[in-house]
Amino acid sequence: MSLKSRWNEFKASIQPRKKELKFMFTRIKKSPLSIVGTAIIVFYIALAILAPVLSPPWPGRDPFMIPRKVYLIAPKPPSPEHIFGTAQGSYDIYYGCIWGTITAFRVGIVVVGISLVIGLIIGTLAGYYGGILDELMMRLTDIFLAFPGLVLCIALVVSLPSNLTIIELGSLKWTLPLGPLDKLLLALAIVGWPSYCRVIRGEVMRIKAEDYIQASRAVGCSDFRVITRHILPNSIYPILIMASLDIGAIVLTAAALSFLGLGSPTGYADWGQLISLSKSYIEASLEYWYTYIIPGLFIFTFVLGWNLLGDAFRDILDPMLRRR
Amino acid sequence: MGMGAFIIRRLLMVIPTLIGCTLLIFAVTQMINPYLRASLYITNEKQLARIDDIVKKYGLNDPFWVQYSRWMSELLRGNLGWSYTANQPVATAMMRRFPATLELVLFSAPIIIFLGIYLGVQSAVRRDTWFDHITRSTAIIGWSLPSFWLAMILIAIFYVGLGWFAPHRLGNTASMFVTSTSFIKYTGLNTIDGLLNGQLWITVDALRHLVLPVTVLTVIQIALIIRVMRSSMLETLNKGYIVMARAKGLKNSEVINRHARRNALIPVITLSALLVAGMMTGVVITETVFAINGIGRFAADAAIARGGGVDMAAILGFTLFTAIVFIFANLIVDITYAYLDPRIRLD
Repeated sequence: MSLKSRWNEFKASIQPRKKELKFMFTRIKKSPLSIVGTAIIVFYIALAILAPVLSPPWPGRDPFMIPRKVYLIAPKPPSPEHIFGTAQGSYDIYYGCIWGTITAFRVGIVVVGISLVIGLIIGTLAGYYGGILDELMMRLTDIFLAFPGLVLCIALVVSLPSNLTIIELGSLKWTLPLGPLDKLLLALAIVGWPSYCRVIRGEVMRIKAEDYIQASRAVGCSDFRVITRHILPNSIYPILIMASLDIGAIVLTAAALSFLGLGSPTGYADWGQLISLSKSYIEASLEYWYTYIIPGLFIFTFVLGWNLLGDAFRDILDPMLRRR
Repeated sequence: MGMGAFIIRRLLMVIPTLIGCTLLIFAVTQMINPYLRASLYITNEKQLARIDDIVKKYGLNDPFWVQYSRWMSELLRGNLGWSYTANQPVATAMMRRFPATLELVLFSAPIIIFLGIYLGVQSAVRRDTWFDHITRSTAIIGWSLPSFWLAMILIAIFYVGLGWFAPHRLGNTASMFVTSTSFIKYTGLNTIDGLLNGQLWITVDALRHLVLPVTVLTVIQIALIIRVMRSSMLETLNKGYIVMARAKGLKNSEVINRHARRNALIPVITLSALLVAGMMTGVVITETVFAINGIGRFAADAAIARGGGVDMAAILGFTLFTAIVFIFANLIVDITYAYLDPRIRLD
């Protein structure tokens, strides 16, 4: 086959996807809420990229640890030097909020990534092969889904060891050191994968019953080829999009855990952590409003951006609702 | 399959799930060193001094299966261990704290569910009108608010600023009175016990203290019900039998209330059951910020306690409690589903 005809074939094969993408974009453009959502997320991406410029870290220090020159216990109101004020322990709120953006993206992306990979592997195998494997996998997800996420996270963060042994074969021992934030990420991923697994399994089962899967089996495609070339391309995109929009929800849970004192160490640039520093000042007086209002606004708008997009996409991707 | 057979089959499936839960819980505890785990077998304070003996006596360095069966037999006898954060046996501590959580759920769940269903239905019926847009945006905003942050702001405004509603379950005078001997605790729910004791002011005081936490829970949780109700209703409104009902010349209200809403309610019923179960097992954040001594705060305290190491027994007891509540909530949902939709049990 000549290169040109291959190119044409490729072009023809992506045509429906291109059309689909175009359709999605026109729908997004029509919905004002999703435009606001996109704008918010673009703003936060810019903040994350520009963090070293907006609030330069001290040279030679971990940029995620909020630098401080003095050690005062009480918070200080906004001033030219600290435009958002300082939290308990003289941590600069502005610095924490800016670098906290990177932390938020990191938490969201890593957690969604890990849970998606686990969910994808297990869900596909369970959905495709069915039978006893499916039954086992589904009971396993039942067990995970039986716990409320936040509590399971708390229990996991507390019980995960600081050195996780991944493989131990005689003298060969491979361990992964876990910091407090890594424990939080891992805990969130362990809690998150079963719901993706369920959705992916459902999709795989639905597509498995289609005629073209029967056809590809009949012409002798291996299981691997059927899964990777026929089933996944037809099921994965909506799931990928929905999962990536979960970043907001994950950041919200992570913030709640940080607020309870289970996430990053004190002084780490993390929004939930910053708010937890103000715990003992809320009931005292209204004058310390900046210690929780400002970091809270960051969490709220960040999550709002993802949820606005998510809501729009849910309607767009739902085949029962979309073309009306 | 008849309804009876379905229920029996579904009940039998609870057993392996329960065993799986205990296995998973116990497997997680194995990551922790034996001296911390010893608290699982303690029943009173004096034994704390003899941890070494307990490690030896209960063979906490034994193989997994041996330890698991020993732990299960203690569990079946109702011994959940000693919680040092609560300074009580775990079972007692949980029984004492559950009413506070239950009271929160009793007041917020009906608002969340009924208001959520109403707004969801209206939103779907008036799709793409200003009502729909406002309801949806408010729901998304509520869904995106960090609950602890909302709670802190409400406390700042209504307690520190205006002095209307305070944290805790009761004011000082009321909580003194409640702990006195002249007040009989029938249910542990202050609002109901106040009425039963003929002390109306206790009920009023308890209600005042419930306003803020119930508001937080409603704002945060209602979004999900609205969203699911709306999309389920939209889907139903497009079904053939709705077109048919309209073609018959039925009134719009009749079509919506009798034909569409009933069918659209099915997914919302599941969701509501899981939501109530979720709240029963503790609204950790709300309880923490409002200083309500409920079951969620019990778990959070236990998990965060750093002084003498983690309060293992408390966490385990709580996790087990949660698992059981959820397994049974799922059971109820499945049975309701099978009852409402015969296709499910015929599968």
